[in-house]
Amino acid sequence: MLETQLSTLLDDAPSGVVETLDLVSGFDEGLVSGFARLGEERAAALTALAGAMAATPLADRVAAAAEKIAGGSVTEEHLSVLAGARIALLGAVHDALLARLDTALRRTRATWPQPPTPNRTTSAGNLFSGCRSWLTELAIAGWRGVDHDLISSSDQVLQALLADPALRRLAVLTDGLATELHAGSPIGTMERLPVRRWADLWTRALLLSQAGAGTDDAQAAERVSGRLLILGVDVHEHSTAVQIQVHGVLESAGDSPSRLVRTSVAAAKVDTIVGPALWRLLANYPVLLGALAERRSLEITDLPLLDSGDLVWQDDRAKAGDPADPFVTARVQLADAVAPAVPPLNRHPVGIAEPVLVEGYTATSSDEHSTVTFAFGNVTIPVAVDRLPSCGPLTPQLVAASSACVGLLRWDGGSWSLQPLVVQATVKRKPVVSYTGDWAMGPTDPKVAKAEAKAGDAVAVLRERAGRLLRK
Amino acid sequence: MADGRLQGVVSSGSDIERVYVSSFAAGTHNFNCSTNNNRPCGGAHGYTCKHLDLLLDEAIVQYGADRVARYLRVEVDGEVTSARDLLRHMNGTNERMPAAIVFSRFLRHLSYLELPVVTEPVPELHWFPAMGAAR
Ligand SMILES: [Zn+2]
Repeated sequence: MLETQLSTLLDDAPSGVVETLDLVSGFDEGLVSGFARLGEERAAALTALAGAMAATPLADRVAAAAEKIAGGSVTEEHLSVLAGARIALLGAVHDALLARLDTALRRTRATWPQPPTPNRTTSAGNLFSGCRSWLTELAIAGWRGVDHDLISSSDQVLQALLADPALRRLAVLTDGLATELHAGSPIGTMERLPVRRWADLWTRALLLSQAGAGTDDAQAAERVSGRLLILGVDVHEHSTAVQIQVHGVLESAGDSPSRLVRTSVAAAKVDTIVGPALWRLLANYPVLLGALAERRSLEITDLPLLDSGDLVWQDDRAKAGDPADPFVTARVQLADAVAPAVPPLNRHPVGIAEPVLVEGYTATSSDEHSTVTFAFGNVTIPVAVDRLPSCGPLTPQLVAASSACVGLLRWDGGSWSLQPLVVQATVKRKPVVSYTGDWAMGPTDPKVAKAEAKAGDAVAVLRERAGRLLRK
Repeated sequence: MADGRLQGVVSSGSDIERVYVSSFAAGTHNFNCSTNNNRPCGGAHGYTCKHLDLLLDEAIVQYGADRVARYLRVEVDGEVTSARDLLRHMNGTNERMPAAIVFSRFLRHLSYLELPVVTEPVPELHWFPAMGAAR
């Protein structure tokens, strides 16, 4: 990425973004004090939200829902309609930002197929309605009025959601929200609430608990074969879930252009499993993990590729290929690879994570590396060092000593940032390349490996215990 | 570390099917050890048993001695590296606590490890970046 590209990206926010986010904030404030006690100001915010939808097919329904809720009739149905409006607004913000990014990077993006791959039908009606009524109660009480009992009332539905792998998205989300609410309790006295974040999670959970939402049908997806060149791996984590998301370029046989793809593996966990031990949860995927640790490409055969650009990983349909340097892949392939379309339901600024290569910058850090920025001439971009995972060797110090980086462009809290996946740095006058997947087969740093050995294999111990105690 | 207690489930040294639920309260440092069926541990009479010691040791390995001391509100002088060091500064007594709640929570917790891994993407996890900040 060049200075000119970066300045195009970082130029003023696309028009309408700030105003749209204000409308979203108006709704989010309603969730803070609860829709049961909606003051005049909050009611006006709902009317404004409805006004913004006036020219859309949702217009009448949103207007009616806003009026009903302002009048004290806070039902699941009305809330779902308003949540839909909020999602539509953030979808528009997402589109404006991604269009800006594609223009700046001259990135070609596939168009969403019409009609899309059909959603898998699920028979989770009861669970969905259980989840929706919990979310409705949260909205009525408002974050400030939520207590441990109300939070825990989702326990049963949550257990049932977790038991069905097809519903993992909603389960992981609900669990994450409930855990944060518990941790924040008593929320009534919490100093600062993550207002936008909790509203995002709440809205998304309400969306995913509508019939037919959020289930991909891997059976119906296109099958692809070819060489997967890995750019890096992003790690997501909350106390009971971890997901690794590998970003790469897929070269298919024939002369079709290369494509930017991702592939993910997500495991449930307990909060004591952190750091390098996380990889042990994914040990059933040795081909993928081996390629990460050894920085190799992968030869894949007939893997489902969802319209969203996600390869549905199957370890037995892949084998390790030649060593592949992520910097070479980025330099040679990134400019021409076709980016995937974003599924309509996933259009949200938080989902933007576009791989880029940056080099020739000056890294500066302050506050003991808690903030790092990259400067390209007169243009600077903040580095999301807070997103560096503890299961890899990449530290803020290394990022601050780096001269080239493959990372993900993200947009969060109103501005762009760069999340490093791989860096080239100089440590004690020696060049090193360090990346988040280096420890996929175990830590390569002797000090960390020793600490790991001392702590023992917590995953194996806990799994053994689980097997014994749960089947008594 | 939850609900004002450091608590855990410790396997029995002699019987592989048996487990002990052990806990220390923050502040008072009162402790309890009993089997998952609420039978008091043979070893806990006014002083800590080996399960309680193991619990402390394991907590120190996992969270670090400083964090454990801070959580339990133990006033320490000098370096703390083992359960013994901590216990020197704690003088709680044996106190009945319901083991069943801790145990059922532990079982629920363990059940996460029995869930199958999924390879269809979970885009919602983009809201949950890795927790490297703890480093
Ligand atoms: Zn005992």
